[in-house]
Amino acid sequence: MSNRDYAVNVSGRRTQRGKIVLPLLKGLAYTLKNFFSKPITIQYPTQRREVRERWRGLHRLNVDGQGTLKCVACGLCAKICPPQAIRIVPYEEEGGTRFPKEFYIDEIRCIFCGFCQEACPVGAIELTKVYDYVDYDRQDFQFDITKLKDPEQFIFKGK
Amino acid sequence: MAEGKTMVLNMGPHHPATHGVLRLVLELDGETVVKVTPHIGQLHRGIEKIAESMNYQQVIPLTDRLDYTAASLNNLGYCMTVEKLLGIEVPKRAQYIRVIMGELARIMGHHLWLGSHALDIGAMTVVFYTFRDREMIMNINEELSGYRLTPSFLRVGGVAKDITPDFIKYVREFVQWFPKAVDGYNTLLTDNIIWRKRTMGIGPIAAEEAINYGFTGPSLRGSGVAYDVRKAAPYCSYEDFDFKIPIGENGDVYDRYLVRMEEFTQSLAIIEQAIENLPEGPVTVDNPWVLNPNLDDVMQDISALIRRFKIQCEGPQVPAEEVYQAVEGSKGELGYYLVGDGTAQPYRLKIRSPCFILTSALPRLLAGVMLADVISIIGSIDIVLGEIDR
Ligand code: SF4
Ligand code: SF4
Repeated sequence: MSNRDYAVNVSGRRTQRGKIVLPLLKGLAYTLKNFFSKPITIQYPTQRREVRERWRGLHRLNVDGQGTLKCVACGLCAKICPPQAIRIVPYEEEGGTRFPKEFYIDEIRCIFCGFCQEACPVGAIELTKVYDYVDYDRQDFQFDITKLKDPEQFIFKGK
Repeated sequence: MAEGKTMVLNMGPHHPATHGVLRLVLELDGETVVKVTPHIGQLHRGIEKIAESMNYQQVIPLTDRLDYTAASLNNLGYCMTVEKLLGIEVPKRAQYIRVIMGELARIMGHHLWLGSHALDIGAMTVVFYTFRDREMIMNINEELSGYRLTPSFLRVGGVAKDITPDFIKYVREFVQWFPKAVDGYNTLLTDNIIWRKRTMGIGPIAAEEAINYGFTGPSLRGSGVAYDVRKAAPYCSYEDFDFKIPIGENGDVYDRYLVRMEEFTQSLAIIEQAIENLPEGPVTVDNPWVLNPNLDDVMQDISALIRRFKIQCEGPQVPAEEVYQAVEGSKGELGYYLVGDGTAQPYRLKIRSPCFILTSALPRLLAGVMLADVISIIGSIDIVLGEIDR
C-alpha cells in the first residue's frame, strides 16, 4: 500500500540527538539578516499601494458620450448576483428605450465577485479600483445611481 | 482539588490556537487530558443548503469560503464536479492555469498553517516570513482575478479570463524566490531543539488507524501512506507533471510538519513546469451551455444575445445524475457529491471536507497528552473551521 515509486520518504530529515546550539544560532542569524533588509510593509493610509487592473472594487455605472447611463435595465446583473445585492426599477419610454429609474447596489451584501460585470450585455456596469469606502451608517452603503456614477469620489485622500 | 476528580476546561471558541471557532471541552487530570469533546458548528453558514437555491455559477463564490486559506482549490473541485456531470472537457490551457492557481493556493494554505502552527508553539518569527511570501501569491491572485484571498476565478467550463503577461512575470519571480524562503523556514525550525522537543513523538497515529479514521492529505501521509488524489486518480492534467508525494514514517507532529515542508517544494515544481509549458489556446470550453458569448458577438448576433441571457439567467441545465469528484485540497481529499435533477440548480451538493474528518479523530489524538501538546496537535492536523462547519 505504501511506498509507491512516486513517494519520497522525508522522515530521514529528522535530526536525532546533538545539534543544540548551532541551529539556534543559525536561526538567529537568519532573523538578524532579515532585520536589516528593506521593510515590505507600507504605511497605510499615508502610503497606498496601487492595485492591479482587474481589481474588483466599488461598482461604477458607465455613461455614454452624452452622459446618459448605458444601462438598459435588463436585470441580468441582478439575476446573476449571488447574494442578490442589486435592485433595479426599470422604466420604459414611449419609443421603447429602457433605462433604470432606480438602481441600487447594497455594498454590504455585495461580495465583489464581479459576476455582474461579466453578465452585463452592454458593458454598463464595471468594478473599479476603489476599495476603501467607509461610512457611519448602514443606509449609506445602499448606493444609488448618483453614487454609482462616480465611485472615484470616495477614494480616501487624507485630511 | 480532591483526589480522583477531574477538571473541565473549555478551550475556544475564542482561542487563537484553535484556528477558527472550534470549541474543545477538555477534561483534565492535572495537566493531562483525560477526555476531549470537540464542538463544531459555530461557523455554520449552510453553504450546502444555500447552494440548492442557486444556479451552478452562483455556487462558485460560496466554495471559496469553505477552506478560505486555499480558495482556488475549492473552486477547482466544484467546477470539475459540475463539468463531470455535464460531460465536458476543459481546454488544456485552462487546465494548466487551474493547476497553477491550485498549487499556489496550496502553498498559501501551507503558509498559513506553518505560520500559525509555529506561532501557537511559541516560535513567533516564522509567521512574519510566511506572510511575507504569502503576500506574493496574493499579488499573483490579484493580478489574475482582481481579488486576493477569494479569487472566484474558475468557471464551469474553464477560467474567467485569460492570463496577463504580468501574471507570468510574477509567477516566475515567485518560483525563483521561493526556494530561498523555504530554506529560511527550515533554518528557523527543522533543527531547532525547542521545535523538535515540542513536536517529535507528539500525537502519533499509526497508518492503519489513520486510514480507519478516514484521514487524507498531509496528515495521512505523515503516517507513511502514499495516498494523494493527484496521483491516485489524476485529474486536470496532473499526469503531465513530474512531482513526488512526500511521506513520513512516524505519524507524529514532526513528520506531518516535514511532509508539508516538502510539499512546498513539490508544489513549486508543478507550478514551474506548468508556467513554462503553458499551452496556447482558448481558456473556456466551446460549449453552448457554458460559454458566455462575448460582447462583440452579442452586439452583432441576436442568437448570441439570447444565449447570453439564457446562460446568465439560468446557467447550464445538468442531467439528472449523481457524480462524485475529489481533488487533493491543501488539507486532504476534498470531494463534492452532486445530485442534479435536470434543472439549473443542484438538487443536493454534499461536500466531503477533509478537516471535518480530521476533527473527528481529535478525541483519539488528544487523549492522554499534556495540555500544552493539545495546541501542537491541533496545529499539525491543520484544520480550518470554514470547511468543517460549511
Ligand atoms: S460584484 Fe457580485 S455580489 Fe457584487 S453586485 Fe456584482 S454580482 Fe452582486
Ligand atoms: S446587466 Fe447591465 S444593462 Fe442589464 S441591468 Fe445590469 S447594468 Fe443594466
